[in-house]
Amino acid sequence: MATLEMNPAAAGDTGSTRRMTLNMGPQHPSTHGVLRVVLELDGETILKATPDIGFLHTGIEKQCEVRTYQQVVPLTDRVDYLANLSNNLCYCLAVEKLLGLEIPPRAQWVRVMLTEITRINSHLVWLGTHALDIGAMTVFFYCFREREKILRLFEMFSGQRLMTSYFRVGGLALDAPRGGFQAVRRFIDEFPSNVDEYENLLNANPIWQMRTQGVGPMPVDDMIDWGITGPMLRAAGFPWDIRKTEPYSSYEKFQFEVPVETGNDVWSRYRVRMRELRESAKIVVQALDGLPEGPITADAPKVVLPDREKMKTQMEALIYHFKIVTEGFSVPAGEIYQAVEAPRGELAYYVVSNGTGKPHRLHMRTPSFGNLQGLGPLLDGRLIADSIAAMGSMDFVLGDCDR
Amino acid sequence: MPKITNVLEGASALVKGLSITFKEMMQPTLTDDYPDKPPVFQERFRGAHVLQRDEFGLEKCVACFLCAAACPSECIHIEAEENTEQVRISGGERYASVYNIDYNRCIFCGYCVEACPTDAITHGHGFELASYDTSTLIYRKENMLVALPADAKPVRIHEQAPAGGHH
Repeated sequence: MATLEMNPAAAGDTGSTRRMTLNMGPQHPSTHGVLRVVLELDGETILKATPDIGFLHTGIEKQCEVRTYQQVVPLTDRVDYLANLSNNLCYCLAVEKLLGLEIPPRAQWVRVMLTEITRINSHLVWLGTHALDIGAMTVFFYCFREREKILRLFEMFSGQRLMTSYFRVGGLALDAPRGGFQAVRRFIDEFPSNVDEYENLLNANPIWQMRTQGVGPMPVDDMIDWGITGPMLRAAGFPWDIRKTEPYSSYEKFQFEVPVETGNDVWSRYRVRMRELRESAKIVVQALDGLPEGPITADAPKVVLPDREKMKTQMEALIYHFKIVTEGFSVPAGEIYQAVEAPRGELAYYVVSNGTGKPHRLHMRTPSFGNLQGLGPLLDGRLIADSIAAMGSMDFVLGDCDR
Repeated sequence: MPKITNVLEGASALVKGLSITFKEMMQPTLTDDYPDKPPVFQERFRGAHVLQRDEFGLEKCVACFLCAAACPSECIHIEAEENTEQVRISGGERYASVYNIDYNRCIFCGYCVEACPTDAITHGHGFELASYDTSTLIYRKENMLVALPADAKPVRIHEQAPAGGHH
């Protein structure tokens, strides 16, 4: 791409000190991943910012086409490594819709509980690293302390801290572990006081205020045109949240607000995410309080692996077990678009089935990719020092962007 | 004067922040002291694989290949052989004469454990797999199989097979 080549001559007369082209990244601490931004500068002012993505391309979408439907779940973990359970959930919901499966309430409640904890996890990483970029180092340690507790919860439920693969097509991989819900309860009872702590450290901090207030505005119409979703859009006063507009996994049965701010700057995006932390904590408490009893997988013997006891004692269950593991299950031909509200915005899986046991095509509409489209308009004409705060407020994950 | 109020506000914010820092200094830490102390794992932690034996000391694996079929990263390689009267390795008809897991490829998703109909392959809590040489990361059956108890009778092993028997 011609626009991304470093060409000093193109930026005016060589030897001039007025205009210059500067590479930010791909290895730059504040890009949080391998993102390259080509900045055209006039002194301290950014004339044009062009993001160059694709350094973290893993070909996950293509890999999904050669794996059975259930084998795709571990791949979805690796798309957005800060919102692995949101990705698990979105993929499972899409395939379940194609199969016409009905997921029992207990599985839905556990899914809601864990995806909201994922949102808390992701926002904590964002807050810690964003504050670190801007110069408030202490917050980082407290955020990562709470994140460590969350990762232990994930390890408790799924067996892994990051690559959970806990949701499966048809329900959950395993029922909750011994003491699992009590551990979640202990964490979530304490959590609002932790949020108070972060806010006490940041809200009144004059440096934090000056670095964030009024920085990085973008017209809301432009945001919609570029496909920006999530906290960015809600901080511009547009109350768009898939959990409310197109409820999935029984979200309509939970009471929560969609935090909206009107400032349309880095500060408002910070406020939206802080309020979302509290709302997510409320949803987790509701899920714990109203947790129904019952099975954790759908009643679909041709899709869901049978109960282990049954598999060892009943021949029919054993045959299904062998068939599902070796061949997978076939999904009726058709296509489906399923969106969920991931921590970064609208995450969607578009699955095309040709009636076989493997997806014909699987496309991910990832929020980081959509949000990064707006990087240029967000930075054009701003100061270079503000670009760090503005970029940080987008909260992109490059694995999510390039997949 | 606005300037003095600004300074006072800034100072009060500083005191507020530092009071949190000092309060937190007294709190217990959450991190593990690894490598000085062993890390704490949850029960379900998916670490390095362990191949189990049954109550007679026989291998539980009957070489049904379900784990290899379930593996999304195709890292399990099995070669099966028949048990005979003289040489009995597993409880079933067949046993795995070769059972390799390529830890260059393994993603610890737990699908093999889920697929195994005899509970032969399980996740242990081992995690120190790092190596400078990728060829050492292909684990053979001997690396993963649980050891026989010390007082176990040394029967039913290859070496005791009569000449001309199974090899």
